[in-house]
Amino acid sequence: MNAQELLQIADDELILGWRDSEWTGIAPSLEEDVAFSSIAQNEIGHARALYELVSRELGTDADSLAFDRHPSEYRCAALVEQRRMDWAHAIARHFLYETADEIRLAALKQSDDGAVAGLAAKMDREEVYHRLHARMWNDRLQAEPRYEDALVELWPYALGVLAPNQRTALAKRVGREEVDAIERNGHSDELLELREEMTMVRRSVPGATW
Amino acid sequence: MVTEAQVWDALAEIPDPEIPVISLVDLGVIRDVAIENGNVRIEFTPTFLGCPALEVMRDAMANKIRDLGAEPDVQVLLDDSWSTDKITAAGREKLRVSGFAPPAPRGATDLVQLNRAVFRCPYCGSTDTRLENIFGPTPCRSLRYCAACRQPFEQFKTI
Repeated sequence: MNAQELLQIADDELILGWRDSEWTGIAPSLEEDVAFSSIAQNEIGHARALYELVSRELGTDADSLAFDRHPSEYRCAALVEQRRMDWAHAIARHFLYETADEIRLAALKQSDDGAVAGLAAKMDREEVYHRLHARMWNDRLQAEPRYEDALVELWPYALGVLAPNQRTALAKRVGREEVDAIERNGHSDELLELREEMTMVRRSVPGATW
Repeated sequence: MVTEAQVWDALAEIPDPEIPVISLVDLGVIRDVAIENGNVRIEFTPTFLGCPALEVMRDAMANKIRDLGAEPDVQVLLDDSWSTDKITAAGREKLRVSGFAPPAPRGATDLVQLNRAVFRCPYCGSTDTRLENIFGPTPCRSLRYCAACRQPFEQFKTI
């Protein structure tokens, strides 16, 4: 597993963590405030662990990878960049992403690199709880046309989360026809905005600790 | 010269920052202690990678080792070697007494199992409890409700 591939996953988890955290305080119910906040915290924890692993190889540290790279160096998928979705889209993204992530983690667990395989196994165990939550909402909303529309809209983005050889498995898992994926090429303005926001303290007071 | 037993005793005094009734040793997250030339190497696993208390725990361990007059080297293991099955019997009892249902054995991690598994209310002992929210105040906790004594309580997630 090379550093760039791990960075893709780390960036996905970091940015999705931030997006999920945008529901804190405004989710449709208090229970969902708690759930999305907790999932967000854990996704960012996964990002931190992955950055840590990559940083050993690149001779840097996790925070530098998370916050100091040029925006064009982020490797996250277009699916996780999108901001301020309605609840139908938020759940559609959550369901599609967690299903894709399960396929990706299953492959990582087979890595020849013991550190990568070990971390993937740990992440996978924790992600079980994210999947349970995603599936529960998918079951609850699946008869809603608005939810189906959101799934259709986000489907090409979800395929772009995975490597081409893993996409058929995702299509099968979610019962959809494979379409052209939206690849990891360039970034939306929404990501640039988010990066400004999440690096604000670090940029304004370099080296700050607390 | 510091001994391994002294290190374990010192670490047993460190409470989990989020659930202070239980120590890091009871939680089973300290995987190994080794002493070499006065340096104390500790291998430690986070409960969940998203645990917000990770750094607090790491600093608390390092400080305890310095108090013993040795130099700490705390290694955070990013693997699957810790499981809630490693929480000691004493630790499980401490959790229960303070209102946390201890985790179910590893394996009980799908929704059907979580709904069917018997979780005893830590307050009244009834098994008439249900899952309210998979997520709670920290990544390692879920929320349950006891229909017998009408008391919500927290459950340590199985990992």
